[in-house]
Amino acid sequence: MNNKAKEILLKKRYRAEKRFRFFGISSIILALSFLCILLVNIFTNGLSAFSRTEILLKVNFNEKKIGININSTDKEIKQANFDEILQEALLNLAPNVPELKQAELIDLVSIDATIELKKFYLKNKDVLNKTSEVALTLSDDIDQVHKGNFPRDIPEDRRRFSDFQLKIYDEQIAQKKIISEFNWPFLFNADSREPEIAGVGASLMGSFFTLIVCLLLSFPLGILAAIYLEEFAPKNKITEIIEVNVNNLAAVPSIVFGLLGLGVFLNYFYLPRSTPLVGGLVLALMTLPRIIIPCRAALKAVPPSIREGALALGASKVQTVMHNVVPLAMPGTLSGTIIGLSQALGETAPLLLIGMVAFINVVPSTPFDPSAVLPVQVYLWSESAERGFVEKTSATIIILIFFLAFMNSFAIYLRNKFEKRWS
Amino acid sequence: MNKLKTILITVVGIMITSYAVARDQIKIVGSSTVYPYTTVVAERFGKQGKFKTPVVESTGTGGGFKSFCGGVGVQHPDMTGASRAIKKDEAELCIKNGVTEIIELPIGNDGLTFAHSVKGKDANFTTAQLWKAIAHDVVVDGKLVKNPYKNWNEIDKSLPAAKIEILVAPPTSGTRDAWDELVMGKGCDPEFMKLTDKKNCTKYREDGAVIEAGENDTLIVQKLSSTPNAFGYFGYSYLVANKDKIKAAKINGIAPSVEGIQKYTYPVARPLFLYAKKAHANVIPGFKEFLAEFTGKTAVGATGYLFKVGLVPNSKETEDKVREIATKLVAMKN
Repeated sequence: MNNKAKEILLKKRYRAEKRFRFFGISSIILALSFLCILLVNIFTNGLSAFSRTEILLKVNFNEKKIGININSTDKEIKQANFDEILQEALLNLAPNVPELKQAELIDLVSIDATIELKKFYLKNKDVLNKTSEVALTLSDDIDQVHKGNFPRDIPEDRRRFSDFQLKIYDEQIAQKKIISEFNWPFLFNADSREPEIAGVGASLMGSFFTLIVCLLLSFPLGILAAIYLEEFAPKNKITEIIEVNVNNLAAVPSIVFGLLGLGVFLNYFYLPRSTPLVGGLVLALMTLPRIIIPCRAALKAVPPSIREGALALGASKVQTVMHNVVPLAMPGTLSGTIIGLSQALGETAPLLLIGMVAFINVVPSTPFDPSAVLPVQVYLWSESAERGFVEKTSATIIILIFFLAFMNSFAIYLRNKFEKRWS
Repeated sequence: MNKLKTILITVVGIMITSYAVARDQIKIVGSSTVYPYTTVVAERFGKQGKFKTPVVESTGTGGGFKSFCGGVGVQHPDMTGASRAIKKDEAELCIKNGVTEIIELPIGNDGLTFAHSVKGKDANFTTAQLWKAIAHDVVVDGKLVKNPYKNWNEIDKSLPAAKIEILVAPPTSGTRDAWDELVMGKGCDPEFMKLTDKKNCTKYREDGAVIEAGENDTLIVQKLSSTPNAFGYFGYSYLVANKDKIKAAKINGIAPSVEGIQKYTYPVARPLFLYAKKAHANVIPGFKEFLAEFTGKTAVGATGYLFKVGLVPNSKETEDKVREIATKLVAMKN
């Protein structure tokens, strides 16, 4: 072979390498751009859900109209009717309008406005028989206009709000009575059919309880199974079958576990429907193989010299495993568990069958109360017709992504911090 | 070790008591079309503070009946929403499992709208034209052929010269069932039925002109607003909530309206139902009060809050009748 031929061959090899690099980089760019499109889309849609629009309304706390007095107990106040003073305050925005328009004035604020008024009064009892300015949540329609999510320059019959309501809104804007605040209720309230007061509080708690039940069950079971299979079990046909089955279970579609949960936990054991308890049990079944597999891999990665050293010093088999092997395998096990749990956090399909795809209006306080979870909330709101739920859906996805990212980076942190390299 | 034992015992104890104790909360399952209305009532009912807010599950009409008819007792739901009347085999399942007295409440009406972007020109279709646009096979010159129509004006010269593009619901959806019955069934070509089985009327074409868009109606609305030539069908409440983006086409010359859907002059209207188990009426607290709230004057009717979320109310006469059924707990005849 002469030099020229060698050179051509060399160039060809360089070209092949360049091509390969190009394909590699372009596939990464493609994947990243998909991720960017997704994130930009979700964030542009969802960020506005973290603010709420309120109106500063002058309310006269007339004791006769509320039916309370200065000595009323908190319980009496809670049962009192604040509707009349609220209506009066709203009608004062535009005095002397016909009855039909009055209804439009009352519709300006959320149906929860009376409850907000009550809460305000419970905190500021000195306003009795005085007029005070109270910040009240505006209705979803006005809220969406304020955020620019619903166009206002279209004919009245194609809008969700009337010209009259828009006129009042503009007047209040000019007087600086419309304010935007951080939407704390979104994080603490339960689900509602009124977008302006709907929140993810209940589904956050539901997800939390479900994961706790799932963790308490799947973590000890998974680790014990993995240790036994890896360290103690004899290598024979039965353990081989078990191993194949564990690997298969990890790949079973999650809805199958939902069916199992419906059949066993609900129909046979009569556990309460729609509760995080049953949700956690079902997700634990699903997570179990996903914990066993990385746990076994972590145990396998511990070099035999550790075991041999411990045994040589007179440790029993259990002592060897518990004192030497398992602690060294812990980082891999923990990160495997966290990743298994973060998969469980994003699961909806199995929960559909055990009744967790449900409208829950109350924040659950125990794992035995009916509850929804975050991904279910995304699903339910994405199905709703009201415009206000579009931003709420994306905002819930943001929260879900935040938790997933947090859990996964915690897993990576654990791995990097405690992992030992055997070299 | 002792601590662990006490914790275990308490956990098991709570588990046992939690389901042994009678339920104090209404449980409702059923159609995703009825879900938005049931939940609104449930929320208002809970806010009154006398009873717990009912738990409402969205399971679909068929799935709802399956668990509703599962039996009598606290582990079975008390009510189910349905976007159609109960079927014979479902009623039989109920009776088999001891659910003999069922209260049937027609709570209101829903119209399916055939809608498109506000950017498009106003449109008017007959059910026969819609069938020709969606069906898998049609009759041309007395012969059964695969649907050849690519543009609307090929079906009828009066229609626009635009490409046929229709977003439809998947076969599992109750909306599709209703559309198939009211449009595909009624608009089916009589000659087609002579040549083949009537069942084939509801077979959709698969050449790309009809696109299955998934259960999510909000997504269909978004797609429609970005593609001016595309049409799609969904419940009336979605039209009401998205009037800025989409508008409805007329069907057989009639635009969907509250009055048209209520009086069934609009061709694609259907009643919505709530079914309740009479055997639970005195067992579950709030059962009767919830039915009274659902059929009460603040909820239904032209000024009720259900109307605001898109439920087309019953006529005055039916409204009173339904209220009477609900307050007297009249079971339907088998």
